[in-house]
Amino acid sequence: MSNDKIKAPKEPLFSKKNKKLVTEPLDDNNPLTIQVLGICSALAITVSIEQALVMTGSVFFVLGAGNMIISLLRNLIPSRIRIIVQLVVVASLVIIVNEVLQAFLPDVAEKLSVFVGLIITNCIIMGRFEAFAMANKPWPSFLDAVGNTVGYGIVLVLVSLFREVFGAGKFFNVPIFGDRIEGTGLYSIGYMDNNFIILAPFALFAVGLIIWIQRARNKSLIEEH
Amino acid sequence: MEPKHDSKWAKFHPMWDGFYTFLFTPGETTSRGSHIRDGIDLKRTMFMVVLALIPCLLFGIYNTGHWHYVATGEAGEYMDMFGDKLIYGLIQVLPIVIVSYAVGLGVEFIFCIKNQHAIQEGFLVSGMLIPLIIPADTPLWMVAFATVFAVVLGKEVFGGTGMNIVNIALTARAFLFFGYPTMMSGDKVWMSGISDLSRETLEANGVTGATQLGELASFTGPKADWIYPGGLEAFQAKWSIMDSFWGFIPGSIGETSVVAILIGAALLLYTGIASWRIMLSFVLGGFVVGILSNMGAINPYMELEPLNHLVIGGFAFGAVFMITDPVTASQTNTGKYIYGFLGGALSITVRVFNGAYPEGVMMAILFMNVMAPLIDHYVVSANIKRRTKRLKTKTA
Repeated sequence: MSNDKIKAPKEPLFSKKNKKLVTEPLDDNNPLTIQVLGICSALAITVSIEQALVMTGSVFFVLGAGNMIISLLRNLIPSRIRIIVQLVVVASLVIIVNEVLQAFLPDVAEKLSVFVGLIITNCIIMGRFEAFAMANKPWPSFLDAVGNTVGYGIVLVLVSLFREVFGAGKFFNVPIFGDRIEGTGLYSIGYMDNNFIILAPFALFAVGLIIWIQRARNKSLIEEH
Repeated sequence: MEPKHDSKWAKFHPMWDGFYTFLFTPGETTSRGSHIRDGIDLKRTMFMVVLALIPCLLFGIYNTGHWHYVATGEAGEYMDMFGDKLIYGLIQVLPIVIVSYAVGLGVEFIFCIKNQHAIQEGFLVSGMLIPLIIPADTPLWMVAFATVFAVVLGKEVFGGTGMNIVNIALTARAFLFFGYPTMMSGDKVWMSGISDLSRETLEANGVTGATQLGELASFTGPKADWIYPGGLEAFQAKWSIMDSFWGFIPGSIGETSVVAILIGAALLLYTGIASWRIMLSFVLGGFVVGILSNMGAINPYMELEPLNHLVIGGFAFGAVFMITDPVTASQTNTGKYIYGFLGGALSITVRVFNGAYPEGVMMAILFMNVMAPLIDHYVVSANIKRRTKRLKTKTA
């Protein structure tokens, strides 16, 4: 090894910089509430916590594997066709996720229907490929994927928790307010599930409320006028 | 009494100030030149609208009781058991009004204290409008929930009174309409206290339980589903235009009587609070679509006279109290004509052509609320274009 190039000191696996990759997307740079990416799926599939979790898992697989693949290939991809290469990577990963879900979780897969396929168009994924994986090594890219998926998943679960409890009267598909048709529990004193909360537009209100609360707590997010 | 800035109650000053100026005339006068153009302030404006709503409220109280006793078969004629009807109506309606005011003002106070703003009286009107546009049977917790939703997401997130984009009362109604459709449509809610009565009992007492709009909407379906197999004649034999005009029809609490609404309209127009341009063009818009649907009628609903359209459902109430809301309406005079006309036209269009939504006034007004700034924008830019053109021709 007569290589006289000065080798950069090896970074520890969980250096301060790497930790920041995971923690920053959770709050200060949340992909959903700050960058407002991936809203479409947040509106569509947040009717039950189960769906939200499966969606988060699928996005984690696609983004984690995709980020690493793109990062490994980053020096080989000609920049003029990089979007096509990225698309091929996402599309193949999404097909894998889709097949796995249909094989092992057919119920959830049926409910998520086209939205698994539409992970391809989830802006967070292409956004992270373009903004991070194209310029960073595989390990930081993977951490970046972890941080972004968890940041995305937190919002998804919060929204779906609210919508499932108050819209469908269920928690993890278990009725919690009593039987709606029989009229037991809370329903016997006149409580009704709110149909509006089940509709997709309400998810927009819910995401908006989360953004409101987040900005009220974290003053650094408020833009200067 | 006044909480001073250094006392521990200082943060409640907005609340004190709100009550104080509401109940008393402040003692201070300006010592230098003042710039008052008109003595009417927000409190007086709002109070005038509330005053204009009182006839609707009173008639709504009577009408609630009236239809309850008609549906149970105890009193068919208008004046039968008049006192009982009033009492029944009061018991049904007053709690809704109280809950709407208490919850709405509570939310308003919380936000004002939190932001240290002076309390503004915008909710005085919304708090009265919300009860008037919902059925008398609406559970109180739903009223409270809808009011919170409307005040927080309709108004406070945009910056409070005068900043809202859509009408607050209609936001509350839309929330109920989409959230609890079984309590806001169908044939069980429009006559108070009939949810336990069987269909046969209702028919024996000569009512279906639905509003006129609900009955008319059945005409848009196949003939087998028509509530009146005899078509429009059978419908009109039951509901004359004059009945609808006076307001002896089932519906939301305050929307039924065109007479009561017209009294309110007269007051609003006399004091100049509501824009006659919007009111006129709204009615005109509904009328024109009524005529057009007459001309191309393919079902009995489309044959309904335009005049009849104007007196049923919430059209008159929307025209006088909803679309004219000065905050959400267009601000330019040309814009007001366009805004009102499209609102009226859209209302009747939704009504006649969409069987799923028997009443289109709420949707139409909310939609036009959102469109109002756009209309203004184009009116203003057209004006600028016209004037630059004139300037060019003059200098040329």
